[in-house]
Amino acid sequence: MSFEFILFIFFSLIAAVSAVIMITRPNPVMSAIFLIINFFSIAGLYLILHAQFISIVQIIVYAGAIMVLFLFVLMLLNAKSEKDILSGKNKIKIFAVVIAGLVFAQIAYLIFFSSPGKALSPDVAASIKAGTVEQIGKELYTNYLLPFEAAGFLLLASTIGALVLAKKHFD
Amino acid sequence: MQDFYNILPLILVASGIVISVVIEILSDNSEKILPWFSALVLLSASVYSIMLMNNTGTIFNGMLATGGNVYIFHFIFTIGAMLIILGSIDYIKKYGSYFGEYYILILNAVLGMMIMASARDLFMVFIGLELMSICFYVLAGINRKKLNANEASLKYVLLGAFASGFVVYGIALIYGTAQTTSIDKIIAGFVPLSHNILFITGLFLFLVGFSFKIAAFPFHQWVPDVYQGSATTISGLMSTGGKAAAFSVLIILLSAVAPSNANVFRPYFAVIATLSMIYGSIVAISQNNLKRMLAYSSIAHAGYMSIGLASGNYESIAGIIFYLAAYTFMNIGAFIVISMIEGENDSKLQLSDYVGLNAKNPKLAALMALFMFALSGLPPFAGFFGKYYVFISAIEANLTWLAIVGVISSVISVYFYLRVIVLMYFKEPETSVAVHNSNYGVLAAVISALFVIVFGLFPGTLLDLITSFLK
Repeated sequence: MSFEFILFIFFSLIAAVSAVIMITRPNPVMSAIFLIINFFSIAGLYLILHAQFISIVQIIVYAGAIMVLFLFVLMLLNAKSEKDILSGKNKIKIFAVVIAGLVFAQIAYLIFFSSPGKALSPDVAASIKAGTVEQIGKELYTNYLLPFEAAGFLLLASTIGALVLAKKHFD
Repeated sequence: MQDFYNILPLILVASGIVISVVIEILSDNSEKILPWFSALVLLSASVYSIMLMNNTGTIFNGMLATGGNVYIFHFIFTIGAMLIILGSIDYIKKYGSYFGEYYILILNAVLGMMIMASARDLFMVFIGLELMSICFYVLAGINRKKLNANEASLKYVLLGAFASGFVVYGIALIYGTAQTTSIDKIIAGFVPLSHNILFITGLFLFLVGFSFKIAAFPFHQWVPDVYQGSATTISGLMSTGGKAAAFSVLIILLSAVAPSNANVFRPYFAVIATLSMIYGSIVAISQNNLKRMLAYSSIAHAGYMSIGLASGNYESIAGIIFYLAAYTFMNIGAFIVISMIEGENDSKLQLSDYVGLNAKNPKLAALMALFMFALSGLPPFAGFFGKYYVFISAIEANLTWLAIVGVISSVISVYFYLRVIVLMYFKEPETSVAVHNSNYGVLAAVISALFVIVFGLFPGTLLDLITSFLK
């Protein structure tokens, strides 16, 4: 049993267990904290797959920025427990179950029937190289320079927008 | 260098944004400088998009397309936004959001639309879509003090984010199956890919996301509230530029199926078109608020244009582009006239405020009548030929029933457009309060009216130009 395999078992167990704990907690803040643990263990799984960049982005964007957003929403909703949010809203629950079922069916189809890996290169060295920050930086500044620049304008526009909406003084 | 020259319209708008930000920082009365500066930027961008129309090609590793119909779209966006800016100069004082950022956000939204229309890569499509949408979310709620503007902004951001989610999910599935985000490569491998159920699912999700953006029937719920709550000029921009940008992306997809006549989207678009036309035209009849009425009419117009998407041949693509050009100018004109008549705090938007407008302000009444005639699709205005070309393309694609539904709903829609004209001209005003107009607003409305008349009198010129780029 290689060390990699042990790490895989370790991270995937944490990921699965924290996901289950997350959806069973009555307190939304507890759920959010277990979601962070889940994000971190998935970042570990990415690292095992040699996808350094995705792993770092997973921690910075998901565990960092998006979790802060979640906690803000929870704070604003000021809900003590799940019952306050979902009581008497069976339609939402059914909808959630349907969506979850659809996503599950789709992923199951992808993994078991359409074998997404068969078109990928079996060259391990090349795939390791593809996940490095260096390689992604190179792509970003050559082939994908224009989307990168456009994303800059996207950020500029959202910054201006946020400032206008939040800070503008009205007479 | 040639590449950079070819995307000069985009570069002009982008550098205009950066310079506007600097002006906003350095100057204390940026709200007086920026409208003229941004109008100038947009005007020069539109001039260059006409001049560079023949330089067709793709640049930056197949990220952007230049020239051809893409630049017709750029012309529509830039001129449309310039008219909106002219109409805004006096309006936003009245609306209570008299500051420079308003114009910077409009320029950003236009840049997003231009990126969407030029994009030849799904990355660029998505970034352009978000750039446009985020600016619209902010512009819808730009006056924080107005409750209905907050409502509009919040509704738009929630439903818009939902739609963007659909688009991203669709792009993920398309990328997963096609293993490329380049639209040209996806189009080249379209026929074998279309047997893959995941690819079709992705494409369907992508279409659903864009159906939100064009405001077609089952995805229209945000339209009336957002158009009513936002500033009138911004509603004008959202209903024309935003719709045209979303259609420009759908047209790229359509060009994948147009040559082989294997339109897998036909049932989807036929259903959407039928429902949008009927629903939009019928519900608009019961509206008393003019902005709400135009919102429902915008749903109906999305339906007419979707007929072209359903027929999916070269005639229909040309028809949609012509229709969008015509619709942009008549709708922007109508919204600008409404913005001039509108009073403070969202007053004077009801149909009853238009009673006897001819006696109070004949100039505005005449302009409004022209735009209403054009929107209802009566000849010789541009709106007629837009519908005509789209219906003809449907008949050529053996979708005669769809064209018939279109004609019926046009007839229904004549009622609520002409009702405005009847109220303006054939009823005596109850009060004699004068209606003031703004000179810049009238100028913008007159320019729109000129476009509507010219496109209506010489429809062949524009259509031949569009068709020549298609083949």
